[in-house]
Amino acid sequence: MIEATGLTKSFGSKTAVYNLTFRVQPGKVTGFLGPNGAGKSTTMRMILGLDTPSNGTVTIGGYQYRQLPNAPRQVGALLDANAKHGGRSARSHLLCLAQLSGIPARRVDEVLDVVGLTQVAGKRSKGFSLGMGQRLGIAAALLGDPQVLLFDEPVNGLDPEGIRWVRELMRRLAGEGRTVFVSSHLMSEMAQTADHLIVIGRGQLMADLPVRAFIEQNSTGFARVRTPDGEEEQRETLVRALTEDGGQVLAEPEGTLKVTGLELPRISELAHRVDVRLWELSPHHASLEEAYMRMTQGAVDFRSTADQRAGLQGPPQPPYGGYQEPVVGIGPPQPGGYPPPQPGWGAPPPGAPVPAGPPVVPHQATPPAPYRPEDAR
Amino acid sequence: MSTPPPPQQAPQHAPATPPPHVPPPHQQGQPPVQPGQAPGQQPPQVPGPGQQQSGPGYSSPIPVVTTHLGHAIASEWTKIRTVRSTVWTLALTVLLTVGIGLAFAAALSAEDYVGMPLLAGGFFGLMFGQLCVITLGVLVITSEYGTGMIRTTLTACPQRSRVLIAKALVFFVLAFSVTLLATGLTALIHSSMLSDQVVPSYDYDDPYMEGSIENGEVVATGGHWLGATVGASLYVALLGLLALSVGTLLRHSAGAITTMLGVVLVPLLVALFMVGESLRDFRDKLIEYSPLNGLASLFRIPMIGETATGWPMLGLLAGVTAAAMIAALARLTTSDV
Repeated sequence: MIEATGLTKSFGSKTAVYNLTFRVQPGKVTGFLGPNGAGKSTTMRMILGLDTPSNGTVTIGGYQYRQLPNAPRQVGALLDANAKHGGRSARSHLLCLAQLSGIPARRVDEVLDVVGLTQVAGKRSKGFSLGMGQRLGIAAALLGDPQVLLFDEPVNGLDPEGIRWVRELMRRLAGEGRTVFVSSHLMSEMAQTADHLIVIGRGQLMADLPVRAFIEQNSTGFARVRTPDGEEEQRETLVRALTEDGGQVLAEPEGTLKVTGLELPRISELAHRVDVRLWELSPHHASLEEAYMRMTQGAVDFRSTADQRAGLQGPPQPPYGGYQEPVVGIGPPQPGGYPPPQPGWGAPPPGAPVPAGPPVVPHQATPPAPYRPEDAR
Repeated sequence: MSTPPPPQQAPQHAPATPPPHVPPPHQQGQPPVQPGQAPGQQPPQVPGPGQQQSGPGYSSPIPVVTTHLGHAIASEWTKIRTVRSTVWTLALTVLLTVGIGLAFAAALSAEDYVGMPLLAGGFFGLMFGQLCVITLGVLVITSEYGTGMIRTTLTACPQRSRVLIAKALVFFVLAFSVTLLATGLTALIHSSMLSDQVVPSYDYDDPYMEGSIENGEVVATGGHWLGATVGASLYVALLGLLALSVGTLLRHSAGAITTMLGVVLVPLLVALFMVGESLRDFRDKLIEYSPLNGLASLFRIPMIGETATGWPMLGLLAGVTAAAMIAALARLTTSDV
């Protein structure tokens, strides 16, 4: 079990991690989510005793890493795929780590088999692709057959096949009762792999909850309804009818309505009853990625601005809207944290294609929606 | 189902930096999963050899060994022998030392009298050879910082000083052995090719040749042999160790190599341009304590002080290296990597 208490790390005046308190339980895959620069790697380094916390403590099984007896046999870590000497072969790399940890040399060939690098074991790792580098890093983490495993962005650079392999490996390792702590910046990946989520943004804890709870809170759907253009009365009539029936309605800037709390057939019936024609009635699904981005949007360090191409264009156009972010570089996080999905949030930018959710028939019929990461990328 | 769920788990956002206080979100009221009891499904299939669930969490069937310095030494030996830079730098050390020594001997053996002690010619090759040893000393540690390997190493062995001590030992023994091979070969070449020089009588009193002349011929005493082989090899290996310490302190290959080249070459270069009479004392000190003079003295051709043997300089270098090593250990064990 990993336990952090008030963990804080400052580099000069910059605070990378602030007052993190969390617990990583054995037998589960715990996802560690946050945007780039949120402090995930710094936290991982502090867990491994590579960086000394400015404040607070983090322990593994009750010990700080550098005091841990037989550390490499208790904890394995993939920090980044490049943390190796490129001139050394995969086998030599693992061999020197095995020797350092007092692990029998034959274990090297075992882990090479596990990660599927036996064929290239004698090749210098300089020529490895990012995916092969990740596999070598995972092999190093598994070398000591440890009880606690840390993986920093393990799926970076892996192909779909490799991603599935990593996912299954993590589940299997956790299934054996180990503590598995995986960082990622992809919510979609974690939704599939993890049992529990710890979300940080700008070095601070944003959420610590089971994945299931996150999905339930954030995957409600909504219906988009469009009444004939230019007929305001019809629209108002419909809004009234829908609200009376318990729906929540939000007018969108394009003149459409976003309805939650009512099933599609019911909306259609109500419209028919009040004699309003519909131009559109479509099911939509909020993506977990959107929920996650809302949660961390106030906490993104690196924000791109629109490429102005100054002087090359005519009158200024309305900027392409992503999420309704403040233009301020690092604006204060949204007051009140991430709100539960309400009508109106996660609205696609004007003109942007509607996110293609799974083909849900009546939108509410599928609670925790089968979430497909492909949609989010 | 389509009603938004209550905001049961909305943690507080704190304002932007500097954050005053973030109340940690309450632990989800969920009983901890019993160790060994997977929340998921799969029966434990195993990524390694037969493993099974037991007691608290997971325990490995591979026997746990308490590690010590010996493990780190084995590991560092694997590391140093499996990269090409080691082979290149050490091969170049031998090639330069022996090659230049051989060329020197071949060029002079035709003449009657060289005017310097028998084994002194070994210095010229080793002057270049030592630069390769210094480079290797730096690379042994900075390549770990440059590649990020250091984090992998220190995760596998959180006892950081053990890693550095093992590295230093392995490097020192290797550098010493290889340099001894090179200087030994060179000394043999010189003693066989240049030994029958006849010293002209006017040079009998040359203080530089004190102890080198026997029955009118140039000879090498045991002290000469020791200085030109073991002494010179220790000197160069210590310079390499100093380079390793500097590499640990600076954590940057180019920076550390440049620093070491400066340490070895600059004092003599500076002294070269100090012409004024008032600077004479300072210049002489610079020359006397320049690392190159120490090495030359071991070959009995000191640049200053006619009878210097180089051994005191070797002791001084050992002291400096020990101090640098202590600083390197302090930096490694206390700072973040």
